[in-house]
Parts: sequence; C-alpha cells; structure tokens
Amino acid sequence: MLTLNINGQERQLDVPEDMPILWALRDVAQMTGTKFGCGMAQCGACTIHLDGQPIRSCVTPVSAAVGKKLTTIEQMSNDPVGQAVQSAWQELDVVQCGFCQSGQIMAATALLSQNKSPTDADIDTAMSGNICRCGTYPRIRAAIHHAAEKLA
Amino acid sequence: MEIKNISRRTFLKTSAFIAGGLVIAFAIPHAKRFMNKAPADGDTQNFTPNAFLHIGNDDTITVLLAHSEMGQGIWTTLPMLIAEELDVELKRIRIEHAPAAPVYAHTAYGLQITGGSTTTWSEFDRYRQAGAMSRTLLVMAAAKRLGVSPEQCRTENGIVIVGDQRLTYGELADDAAKLEAPAEVPLRNPSQWKIIGKATKRLDSREKIDGSAIFGQDIQFEGLKTAVVARSPYFKGKLKSFDDTAAKQVPGVIKIVEIPTGIAVVADNFWAARQGRDALKIEWDVGPNANLDSEQMFADFRQMASGKGAVASAAGRPDSAFNQASKTIKAEYTVPYLAHSPMEPLNCTVKISKDSCDIWTGTQAPGLEQAAAAAILGMKPEQVNIHTPFLGGGFGRRGNPATDCVSEATHVAKAAGMPVKTIWTREDDVKGGYYRPMNLHQVKIALDAAGNPLAWQHTCVGQSIMTGTPFEAYMIKDGVDATSVEGVADSPYIKATPNHLVDLHTPKIDVPVLWWRSVGHSQNAFIMESLIDEMAHAAGRDPLEYRRHLLKDHPRHLAALNLAAEKASWGSPLPAGVFRGLAVHESFGSYVAEVAEVSVVNGKVKVHRVVCAIDCGLVVNPESLAAQMESGIVFGLSAALSGKISLKNGQIEQTNFNNYPVLRMSQMPKVEVHVVPSTDKMGGAGEPATPPIAPAVTNAIFAATGKRIRTLPITDQLA
Repeated sequence: MLTLNINGQERQLDVPEDMPILWALRDVAQMTGTKFGCGMAQCGACTIHLDGQPIRSCVTPVSAAVGKKLTTIEQMSNDPVGQAVQSAWQELDVVQCGFCQSGQIMAATALLSQNKSPTDADIDTAMSGNICRCGTYPRIRAAIHHAAEKLA
Repeated sequence: MEIKNISRRTFLKTSAFIAGGLVIAFAIPHAKRFMNKAPADGDTQNFTPNAFLHIGNDDTITVLLAHSEMGQGIWTTLPMLIAEELDVELKRIRIEHAPAAPVYAHTAYGLQITGGSTTTWSEFDRYRQAGAMSRTLLVMAAAKRLGVSPEQCRTENGIVIVGDQRLTYGELADDAAKLEAPAEVPLRNPSQWKIIGKATKRLDSREKIDGSAIFGQDIQFEGLKTAVVARSPYFKGKLKSFDDTAAKQVPGVIKIVEIPTGIAVVADNFWAARQGRDALKIEWDVGPNANLDSEQMFADFRQMASGKGAVASAAGRPDSAFNQASKTIKAEYTVPYLAHSPMEPLNCTVKISKDSCDIWTGTQAPGLEQAAAAAILGMKPEQVNIHTPFLGGGFGRRGNPATDCVSEATHVAKAAGMPVKTIWTREDDVKGGYYRPMNLHQVKIALDAAGNPLAWQHTCVGQSIMTGTPFEAYMIKDGVDATSVEGVADSPYIKATPNHLVDLHTPKIDVPVLWWRSVGHSQNAFIMESLIDEMAHAAGRDPLEYRRHLLKDHPRHLAALNLAAEKASWGSPLPAGVFRGLAVHESFGSYVAEVAEVSVVNGKVKVHRVVCAIDCGLVVNPESLAAQMESGIVFGLSAALSGKISLKNGQIEQTNFNNYPVLRMSQMPKVEVHVVPSTDKMGGAGEPATPPIAPAVTNAIFAATGKRIRTLPITDQLA
C-alpha cells in the first residue's frame, strides 16, 4: 500500500512500486482524465504535474511520487493558471477529438506557471512533446498567448 | 420522407434512455439508398422506432446523433440543424450518440457509418426536418389547448407564444406526442436562418478540457477487467504453442485465454495485463508471409505495371499519339503504407449477459460492430447494445468493416467469462495492419508544342480497399476499385486529354488495408498535382497559369485555386530562401486549393505557411469548417514529411511514435483558411484538405531545390 498525494488529497493505493503513475490514476484511483496514448513518453497524452513540473505519467513509477504532490487535469478548474488556459481553450475553440487535450492543458499550464509571457519558441519547446493527430496546434499556440495576456 | 410520431408507450418499450414527452423518428428513405444490400441482419424496411430528437415534459431537449463525433465537430453541427428549425438556443440541447439501430442508417449509404466526409450534407434535410416536425407538433398542441389556430402561434427559444400566453415546449410535449404528424412540414427559408451559417463554438469543449469527457478507454464499472492480446507478428501467422507459466505469476493477472487472434491476458488492470503479456513465451507458425519486404513488393508492383491492367478511363489513341509529342514526361511515383494512429489506441469493452450484450467502443460503424458481435455470441443484432463514447480520433481506422477490434474483444470477454476491456497498446495499433495501401504509379505524358497534354498513359498499382466491404458491389466495377483511381481516372486534367488510358493492377497481399483519411485521394492528389507541376515546368509555364488554363471549364476548381493564389499573393516576392508550391484537388464533393511556403536548409524541409481555400458549397458551421481544414492539412503533412509503414522479413518495422513520427508543434506551419462563397452543391469537410498538402509542399521543394520528390515520405531525400 502506497500513499500518494493526488490533487491535494492523500490516497492509499494498493499498487506495486513499479506501476506507472498513469495506471495507478486510471485503473486504481479511477481518475480517467489522464490518457494513455503511447506508453513510452512520446505523445504527452498522460502529462501531469509532479510538484508542479510536467511529467509523462506513463513512464514514471508511483514510487517516484511518494512524498510529492501530483496534480492532474481534474484539478485544473481549481488552479488560476489552469482556469485561464481552459477558458482560452474554449474561446479559441481548440479541441477536436479531445483525447490529447488533458495532456496539452497540463503542459500549457506548467509552461504559463513558469513563464508569464512565452514566445513562439518557448511554446515550441514546452509543447512539442504533446502530439495532437487532429492538428489543433495553431489554436493551442494562439490559446497559450491568449491565456498569457489574460493572466498578465 | 416518411415521418412517424412515436407514442410514449412505444418509445418506452424500445428505448431505455428517457421517458415521456415527444419523440421524432424517421423511416429510411429507400430512394436514397444505393447499397445493394444492407450488411446488417436487421431489416431496414421495418425500422425499430427510435428517436433523433426528444423533448421531455421537464423541458429537456435531447438530440441523438446518427453519426460519431471523432473530432470533426458533428456534435455541434447536427444539433445546429435541429435548433434552427426547432427554434431553441443551442445551449439548451443535450447531445448523445445514437445506439446501433437500422433507423440511424446513413441516408446515402444505407448503413450506420460515419465516413466519406458525408455527415453534414447527408443529414442536412433529416435533422432540419426533425426540428421542423417537432416545432410544428408543439405549435399544433398549443393551438389546440388554447383554442386558437396554429397560425396565431409563434415560437421563441423553446416557448410557444399566443398573445400574452406562453407555453414551454416541455409543457406541450405530452400533448404533442398524441397528435397525428403532418405528412410534410415546411423548412425555414435560408434568409431566415439564425444558426445555420454562423460560426459556432463546439458544444463538447468543456468536457474535453476538464478531463470529464468519456472515451472508450475511460469506461469503468464494478467487476470490469482489462485485457491485452498477444497477436502474431506476421500477417496470417498462427499460434503454434505457448507457455504462460511466468505470465500467470504476474500479480493481478487473472486469466489467460486463447482466442482466434492470439492469446489474451486478462488482469485487474492494464499494467498487470501488459506485464503478463510480456511474460508469455509464444511460438508462432509464421505462415505464408514471413518474407514480405516493402522493397521487394515495390519491385513486384513495377513488374505488374509493365502488363495491361483493368481499364479505368480511356479515350483516343493513347499509344500512337505519342508520335506527335513535342515533349514526353516519364515518371514513377510511389507511396508507402500508412497507419492512422488516432491518439486513442483502439479499445473495446464487452459485457455479456444471459440474453444480451453491452459493448462500449469508439466506433465509426456501430451497426457493423453490432452484427459482428451478435454473430460471435449467437445472438440477434438487437440483443447487442452498442454504446458509443467519444472517439479519440478515427481517420477511418474506427470504421473497419472487418470489425477487428470489436470482434476480438467479444471473443476475449466470451472466453474469459467476465466483462473485459481489451486495450491495444500503441505498438499493437501501429503493427496491427489496416493501412492506407502502398501504391506505385507509372506515367507517360505527351505534351504538344504549346505544352498542353496531348496523350496520357497512367498505370496504377495498389491493393483494393473496397474488396470484402459492404461497398464492394457498388464501388468495384470491371476489376476497378473506384477508390484506387479516384482523382486520377476522373481527373479534369486527364478527362480533357484527348488521348488517355488509366489502368489499374490490384495485387493481392495479406497486409490488410483500409480507408485512411481521404482514401485514394491521399496518394492520387500527390501524384496528379506533382505531374501537373512537372508538365508546367516542362512547358516553361507558371504552375498557376498552367492550371488555370487546363481547368478553364471547371469553375469550382478555379474558384478555390484563384482564391488561394490571391490570398497567398502568388508571384509576389518572399523572404530569401522561401519558395511557394501549389495544388488544387476535388475530393468528397469539395474543391480545395493550397499554397505552401517552404524552405530547405541543409536538407531539412520547413513548411512556414499554408494558405488554403475551399469551395464546399453551403457552410453550416464556418468555425468547424476552418478547424477541419487545419486538421486535414496537419494530417496530410505528417504523412508527407515522415509517414511510412514498411515491412522487412514479414514484420512491420515501425512500432510507436518514435519511429512512426507525426507532426509536432515545432513543425507546425501557420495555416490560413479562406472559404469560397458558394451556394453550390454541398460537399464534405473532414477529408478534402488532406490531399493537396503533400503536392503543395513537394512542388515548393522543387521550386526551392530543383529536386522533384516522387516518393513519399520526403524524410531525408534532400539530405
């Protein structure tokens, strides 16, 4: 039994230490907002925050999260930067199939939490680990700039 | 169109979703069906009563979608059609995917399927009529209750108003349900439209940005287990023997079962199932395809191309006309297999009960999945309930007539004797077949003294997609699968060439193929629009002017071409090192032109900007149209730059996004979308932006470097 702090709550989970955080969240904690896309840190659909830093939860074992704070997409409506990102996403009508968007929003929120006015190059660096097959990239870029303006 | 007003009693008997109120259903209009026969066992003539629109006596308004939302935005577009005629604000409408039932058959295809960029135009009348019929009945009910004539009533956002009296639709729903439906209802004149044609934001946005949207992968309930399947690494390979001793030791593994496609490891969670699969020791009978090799397959295709194929289009004297050629162009083009790789890997949840089965899967073809599962379980189709959550991308992969994912998951749940969610890993998806076919074309074109095409010989070699599908009888004629040659045999360039021959060779290979966003157009536009560019350069003419000349009798091609050229300032100076390329192509009834601005530095291609113009006729939601153009361009650009599935020693060489790369943010060009104002016939939006992007980019590469790209992907050809 491991204790994980997920979105500010202590959760006791009966999982092996090498289980990736992704599957502990999805299959054990029953929080399905974080998605499985590739299983090898290639697509970013599983992006969450570990002590505020964006990580790929599909390759990070639960043992790495003990004593630290995990934040997932389910928490973004309670995060001021997350809220700004979400409302920019809605204003610019970003989503299509939506499957990658939890990860995109987690990556964008981490970027804007650390960089109040990212350049296009900053966005390329922060967001190129998150694949979108529907091609929402131009709207994601515009929405990040939009959210930055709102937060300023 | 026959319209039936289903009574509450009938509705309660046939649907589990809500009780009470007014339900609007339709029979399938036979005149519009072109299928020789519907593939499902269900008799489409005696439809199961069901609903497109339900108005509850609690004022809820629910729209059921006969099509699947996979990103293309029909979750918004179809409700817009109903809201327009029903006279309610969009935000009041609840939306659900329809279950699998014959009543939801595609108005043109005759079976319940989302594909071919058809949803908006094929539902344009049916969904508006559902709204109009409902509003008419609600007005009739109000008039009756208040003792006035329907003409004295008006409606406003879900309320019927007579003088100073106001009745909500909910208050009238039960009365309206008892009325006889009129045979016909008038639809609003386009000049009165308040919703159709207005840029409208998506109705599925909120749930997709807070993690609450449910995809197939997210289905969970008490007692549900997860399976991962070990499948043969060779197509048509078979299981010889296996040892599951170690797999059984993995904590969380519950059961290991043999199924027709391999061995399923059933566990408490995905992680345990995958570790269990990794621990299996399996010996495969490699079967007949252990030596498949892409290079050898292309060599075989080349050999086939030297013979005579099935004729797809012919005119004049395609051989002897070459004697009068002023110039002759000979070229060979090739494209590889491509995987769809939707962001959500395939998955399917199956729960089998004594007399029924529930299936949750993101599918483009609920009726086909239902029929397949029913056959496996020895049930009638109506005993199998298909629940369609959001699709995490589809691009054709989730509308597979072979129902590979659902059939396998049904076998897993049946063999395991418990409810199981079968999840494919990314590797399973990339290696699992059902690709866009690899193709080889050999072309010889004679130009006259002015540089115009005089004769055109075009030989296509590629597997048939439609063979074995419900569309086979309609789509394959005289040995020619129409999708193999679409955009070639019916090309305005070839049709205008007085002497031409398009023929097709259809190799039979055990690598399963499937429609991939834009189907045959995905390679054929690349080849045709590259050839036109080759011809323009051979003729010493500007590629835009040359196309304008050849397309002079094709006003919709021209309108898109001219708009894109104008918005891209074709011919004006660009920054140093940046060059333009152009392409225009009709597919799925829409006409799209794209201008790409590209630089090549140290062998690396950078696409800076794409200007896109489309004529798709009437536009229901301009916001969604623009998104689909952006989407189609990104999808096509991924494939053009780096998309390649190849075989070596019988096995697929690619596994995941590390070696099957797709476009990322840092590679994303600026995209501008312009719409040709048009009241012409409606076309599609989901696919038509994909075909022109590859040739627009490769034509720009030619302008930049003088190198003609005749093989996709571009990858390292410029290094």
